[in-house]
Amino acid sequence: MILVLIDHDRGEIDSLSLRALTAARGLGQDIEAVVIGSQGAALAGLIGEFGAKVLHVAQHDLITDYTPMASGRALKDLVEKLSPAAVLAAGTPRGNEQLAHLAAFLDVPMAAECLEIALGHPHQVLRARWAGNLIESANVHEELLIATVNNFSFEAISVSGAAATVAVFTPALEPQDYVVKILSRGSAQTKAGVTLNDAKVIVSGGRGVGGADGFGNLEDLAALLGGAVGCSRVVTSSGWRPHAEQVGQTGTKVAPDLYIAAGISGAMQHIAGMKNSKTIVVINTDPEAPILRYADYAIIGDLHQIIPALTSAIRQAKG
Amino acid sequence: MDVLVCLKRVPLAGGALILTPDSRDIETKHLGFGISPHEENAVEAGVQLVEQMGGTLTLLTLGPSDAEEQLRSQLAIGATRAVLIETDGQEWDPQGTASALVEAINADATKFDLIIFGAESADSAGYQIHIRIAHALNRPIITNVKSMRVENGVVNCERVVSDGREHYEAPLPAIITVRDGLNIPRYPSVPGRMQARKKTVEVKQAESRLPKLEKVKLSLAPSKDKGAEILGKGTDAVPALVEVLKSIGAF
Repeated sequence: MILVLIDHDRGEIDSLSLRALTAARGLGQDIEAVVIGSQGAALAGLIGEFGAKVLHVAQHDLITDYTPMASGRALKDLVEKLSPAAVLAAGTPRGNEQLAHLAAFLDVPMAAECLEIALGHPHQVLRARWAGNLIESANVHEELLIATVNNFSFEAISVSGAAATVAVFTPALEPQDYVVKILSRGSAQTKAGVTLNDAKVIVSGGRGVGGADGFGNLEDLAALLGGAVGCSRVVTSSGWRPHAEQVGQTGTKVAPDLYIAAGISGAMQHIAGMKNSKTIVVINTDPEAPILRYADYAIIGDLHQIIPALTSAIRQAKG
Repeated sequence: MDVLVCLKRVPLAGGALILTPDSRDIETKHLGFGISPHEENAVEAGVQLVEQMGGTLTLLTLGPSDAEEQLRSQLAIGATRAVLIETDGQEWDPQGTASALVEAINADATKFDLIIFGAESADSAGYQIHIRIAHALNRPIITNVKSMRVENGVVNCERVVSDGREHYEAPLPAIITVRDGLNIPRYPSVPGRMQARKKTVEVKQAESRLPKLEKVKLSLAPSKDKGAEILGKGTDAVPALVEVLKSIGAF
């Protein structure tokens, strides 16, 4: 049996967990799922559609929100009871964190960000490294495989299964398991307007913008297209723009309908954060810039002339 | 307040990666080395805490003898001392790395109030060493911290999620992992560099053990050139781009 952790935020599923369920089905065994916290029980119908027969619900008075070490403890209790062949979760910050707690409790290995999994002796996995630029083939020498699934490698595919049977259990939490918990929440610290995560259009600037002042033109274009301004890491580390606008491995990963990269040469850490955008337009003086490999359209030239000309041309075209 | 920051020496690769002939590692002949991006923020946070509250900042790494270079450059930022657990240059698996770090932390005369890691390494991204260490030391851990302060023996942290911020706290001694954006790391000063040469780097040896997560080989992720359509040069190409944007419904 394969056990899949379904992550949820106070009852609302992280849909990437459905990709982990789909990946689990490829291993040719029965699928059972687990949610941490009783609010997750309502997901039994959806989980069943994606192939899980049973939904285990870790119920405890002290688990009302995200408590990662308590998640690890609950998973450990369940693994010891059910002896699954593998435990999988989505390769998200929360998926990686909760399974790492499980692996630490059991003192067994964990393989993060797997693109392919083959159970055996040893288990064999392919996992993403270097922001997805390298693939590691690795052996896991342990009876139980603990792995998270690379989100870009699997689509969530339904099998129209019946609702999963709910099985409630109460984990034996220790005091240290709930020391770290969410005490309060606040809204995102962004200016009024569209955030990078919801923007359909992102106008992004890099070193070529030359300074904080140069971003005024990018702001005008972004506003005209109803989008947001983004930037590369060098821009935030130079203090030209706030970190909330940084796109890339260490900033925000985005996939808008349109990504305009102006004056960005394309370090792989930046590419990792935007390459899944639907249409990528590059404006760069360097016809050899690495980012061109990922572009759908490009203009070779100076963004300081092209962006204002583009803004006024769109304004005219809009009438 | 005694702070420990854990670092990892990694190649500084921004462009296309090349593998060694045996496909077990990245070819680093033509690359410089540094530390992972989030770790620069970890060191800056440690330096700021010691500036505000007094105490010491220790750096710890596991790696080849050349990793002394990264320790020295971070000592120049303002750390007090550094410890290098020297390996034969082979990559250790997360369990082996975590247990060697735990051993060094337990053996140290300083009892660290706060241990800081970068949120993820640039190269291996295993997402687990900090958590294994928290379990072994029986300390609370808060990950992916974007904003923090220490007050009255408690570390207050915020992490940023897609729809907002989450607030956590933990009593010291504790462990946190931090993300880029926490602060703006400073550059080393000239006096800082001079002092760093005189600061102590203690070298310890550790026995490697058979990896349970065993790297077999690496390959490059397929990235095919999308074959960008070059619309032209300079502002002459703007009308063509306007047509493209119109056709995809951008306005």
